[in-house]
Amino acid sequence: MAIRRVRLTFEGVQITDPVIYLIGKDFEIITNIRRAEVHADVGWVVLELDGAEAEIDLALAWAAGKGVRVDPIAGDVIEG
Amino acid sequence: MAYASALHCRECGKEYPIAPIHVCEWCFGPLEITYDYDAIKGVISREKIKDGPLTMWRYADLLPVDDKNAVDIGTGMTPLLKADNLGRELGIDNLWIKNDAVNPTYSFKDRVVSIAATKALEFGFDTLACASTGNLAGSVAAHGAKANMRTLVFIPSDLERGKVVGAAIYGPTVVAVDGNYDDVNRLCSELADNNQNWAFVNINMRPYYSEGSKTLGYEVVEQLGWKAPDHAVVPIASGSLFTKIWKGMNEFASLGLIDDVRTKMHGAQADGCSPVAQAFADEQLHVKPVVPNTIAKSLAIGNPADAYYTLKIAQEAEGSTVGSTADPAIVEGIKLLAQTEGIFTETAGGVVISNLKQLAASGRFQKGESVVAFITGNGLKTIEAVEHEAKPVNIKATMSSFEELVTVPTKDKSKVGS
Repeated sequence: MAIRRVRLTFEGVQITDPVIYLIGKDFEIITNIRRAEVHADVGWVVLELDGAEAEIDLALAWAAGKGVRVDPIAGDVIEG
Repeated sequence: MAYASALHCRECGKEYPIAPIHVCEWCFGPLEITYDYDAIKGVISREKIKDGPLTMWRYADLLPVDDKNAVDIGTGMTPLLKADNLGRELGIDNLWIKNDAVNPTYSFKDRVVSIAATKALEFGFDTLACASTGNLAGSVAAHGAKANMRTLVFIPSDLERGKVVGAAIYGPTVVAVDGNYDDVNRLCSELADNNQNWAFVNINMRPYYSEGSKTLGYEVVEQLGWKAPDHAVVPIASGSLFTKIWKGMNEFASLGLIDDVRTKMHGAQADGCSPVAQAFADEQLHVKPVVPNTIAKSLAIGNPADAYYTLKIAQEAEGSTVGSTADPAIVEGIKLLAQTEGIFTETAGGVVISNLKQLAASGRFQKGESVVAFITGNGLKTIEAVEHEAKPVNIKATMSSFEELVTVPTKDKSKVGS
């Protein structure tokens, strides 16, 4: 089992999709929201995912496929 | 002696002991150093600073490490130069260039890495690591060599050869990762999580690392005669530099070393990676991440970690701005600085100068106001951005060939030496 902390960013119509609910329902993953902010056209959620490594990869790939941006909670760690 | 007493979460305020951690376990917010400012107030003075070494370590009382064991390759106290030629070109009568490109590895990153490496040794780490597309890689490699630490530098596999050499020469393990920027970013984040016996300078060392940028603010204030500038033009990548220059100047004010800070902070980005400028224009405090597409690669962070804090300062410090300029203007900025002040900067400096020009043209600077432009990296690091500018006249080794092919430009004698 693994725990991963990510930041999901939603834009436009994605805001109305129940992405986090579906991650918990369709994948063997426990989701735990720690911080979030949602506006009319953009929103972000910082959450912890608890599950098998491969299952987390699948869930995040699924979310990314729906157009949700997935980032590590530290943001971009590659610097110039 | 270090006066850092704890870490605290910038979001929820929860406190943690000094440790190699960077995220609040409660809300996953970023951690920041808590200082014992009352104790610092009792020991710090302008005189003490003036009597200190001619490096960034003269400000050791305000840094989160013990300077007795500093990993120091001679960083800091870089020149603050009056830029009258450039000022004349842009219509700014009190313009200064903070030339941080003359640090040991030719960028401001030496300031942050010096702190991170020193703290890493204090924590007992023997491995220093980073993920970088250039400046940070060279600086981590150099400090790792100086500290005799095992050093790992992760780079994208398509990084320009010159930048690879600029890090490899110091002897680190250089790992070139296949994949796009996001792939490399994700891998390095996971590596940091899975290798907690490594000091990843901008991940688990980040609260300490970022404090090094404060020294740029301290130096400018000291070099201006213990006065904060009226305007500061600062490049924005993660946003950390912008926030720490502001923090440094305000620490000096709260310790009574200078008057209140009324500096207007101007963030500079490239159009091809301008999430902070866009959010500022939209009057938002959160950015919409972007996929960078600009020649200013050292600023190409599409999802900046400190964007929120940058935007807060820009919105709260009256008269501040965050802007952006296009790649051709960035090249023009590099040329303009080189041809007026004799300073060759990398693309990030071109971003600063082109944004400075934009600010001047829009009437942001009043007569007599001091304006400091922060130049953070050397031009030899991004030769590819301006190599088309080198067009030598080829001649044979004869006088007749010279006379036939070379036109010696005229120069107004009255301006020579001015």
